[in-house]
Amino acid sequence: MADLNKLYQAILTGDQKTAVAVTEEALAEKIDPQVLINQAMIPAMNEAGAKFECEEYFVPELLLAARAMKASLALLRPLLAERGAEPVGRVVIGTVKGDLHDIGKNLVASMLEGGGFEVHDLGADVPAEKFVAAVREKNPHLVCMSALLTVTMPAMRTTIQALKEAGVRDQVKVMVGGAPVTPDYAREIGADGYADNASSAVKKARELLAA
Amino acid sequence: MASGRTILTDGAWGTELQALGLGPDELPDLWNLSHPERVEQVARAYVEAGSEIILTNTFRANRLAAAGRASEAELAEVNRAGVAISRRAAAGRARVFASIGPSGKLLMEGAITADDLRAAFAEQAEVLAAAGADGLVIETMSDLTEASIAVAAAKATGLPVVACMVFDSGKNRDRTMMGVTPEQAAAALAEAGADVIGANCGNGIAGYVPVCARLRAATHLPVWIKPNAGLPELEGGRVVYRTAPEEFARWVPDLVRAGANYIGGCCGTTPAFIRAVRAALEEACA
Repeated sequence: MADLNKLYQAILTGDQKTAVAVTEEALAEKIDPQVLINQAMIPAMNEAGAKFECEEYFVPELLLAARAMKASLALLRPLLAERGAEPVGRVVIGTVKGDLHDIGKNLVASMLEGGGFEVHDLGADVPAEKFVAAVREKNPHLVCMSALLTVTMPAMRTTIQALKEAGVRDQVKVMVGGAPVTPDYAREIGADGYADNASSAVKKARELLAA
Repeated sequence: MASGRTILTDGAWGTELQALGLGPDELPDLWNLSHPERVEQVARAYVEAGSEIILTNTFRANRLAAAGRASEAELAEVNRAGVAISRRAAAGRARVFASIGPSGKLLMEGAITADDLRAAFAEQAEVLAAAGADGLVIETMSDLTEASIAVAAAKATGLPVVACMVFDSGKNRDRTMMGVTPEQAAAALAEAGADVIGANCGNGIAGYVPVCARLRAATHLPVWIKPNAGLPELEGGRVVYRTAPEEFARWVPDLVRAGANYIGGCCGTTPAFIRAVRAALEEACA
């Protein structure tokens, strides 16, 4: 019988090969994908995130865990789609205009995908209009903006303003983050949430969608 | 490249150029072509403040970091102009070490390969060397594989190579974002061919004293330290760095005792910081 604990360990340690093998085994045994997700995969990602937050894990370990999670999820997705299971939420994410830094944003996108979100990544240096267009087109629950530079942070405010002017601000939650961004700044510009790192971003995203 | 006394390097360029009107969404390196006189003004201010080594405004002028902002031919021009500007400002009073920053991409995410990195760094290093740089500085690195590739590419030009990483993560702020320790950095960067190893940027100068001591203990190579002026904050729409020049300079004797052979500043530091560091170094040696 497929070993859920082995799947948990494989994802936690970023062992993609084992994660995929155990997932395949479990599927062959007709184990409910939701059981795999809820009892092994999400707890493993939560633990990886906790290790990252207490700085026992660094970016490489987190990326490897997210990669193993995504590989397992890819196997389950057809089954989930068959039974009409919706993703946890739809997210549009990007680094704001003027800012070319995308490592942090990519990490958040990976963690959100690992957390079961459907993620539409707009890339870096994304103008406000592009965020607005993506909200219209993808109908996300959540818009995530990243900025690494103190001088590009104001583009977050501009983007929120553009969402308002386009009349779509109320249909989404807005979450912001990046090295220079603070909870105070997030409040000041009218964002709904702030996350300090890629792991807390997943928690915050769930929290915002539950609200 | 080691000598008995500590050598004074320069301070920040990006934040100085912003003070001269560089916009937040402009690539600073492109100013080498569009506003060479302002770039030279920054370089000259450091020479006048006492910098014995100044860098160049070429941190992002490689085809990965500047992707989509400039053509390869334009980047070669930017790099050549960067060396020429610093050389003019130095006017024989300071050596010119050309700056090479990270690609801005993570190798392990798979969007770029080691060969892409090798090609991009080799291309930039060759242009900088041909333009007459006295040395090359690989700086602000987080990933040891990328840093090692950059060092090897720089070393192939025959110039002296400084390699430094950003230690700003982990409980003790003594790891890079990718989890690299000072000891791991010292071993791998030396292995890759660096002549000087060190730390730049980070979380301010105080945290770099223990990092410097650990680099010193892990290597026989000279150690290069360029901390930032603390983390930037936004105040009424303006970016401010909280550390004052005198406060920064107060840590200089500690850095010298911890084994620093080269001292300067990163983001938020200005010619006033370099003057204050020079005064502290003179006092320490008197």
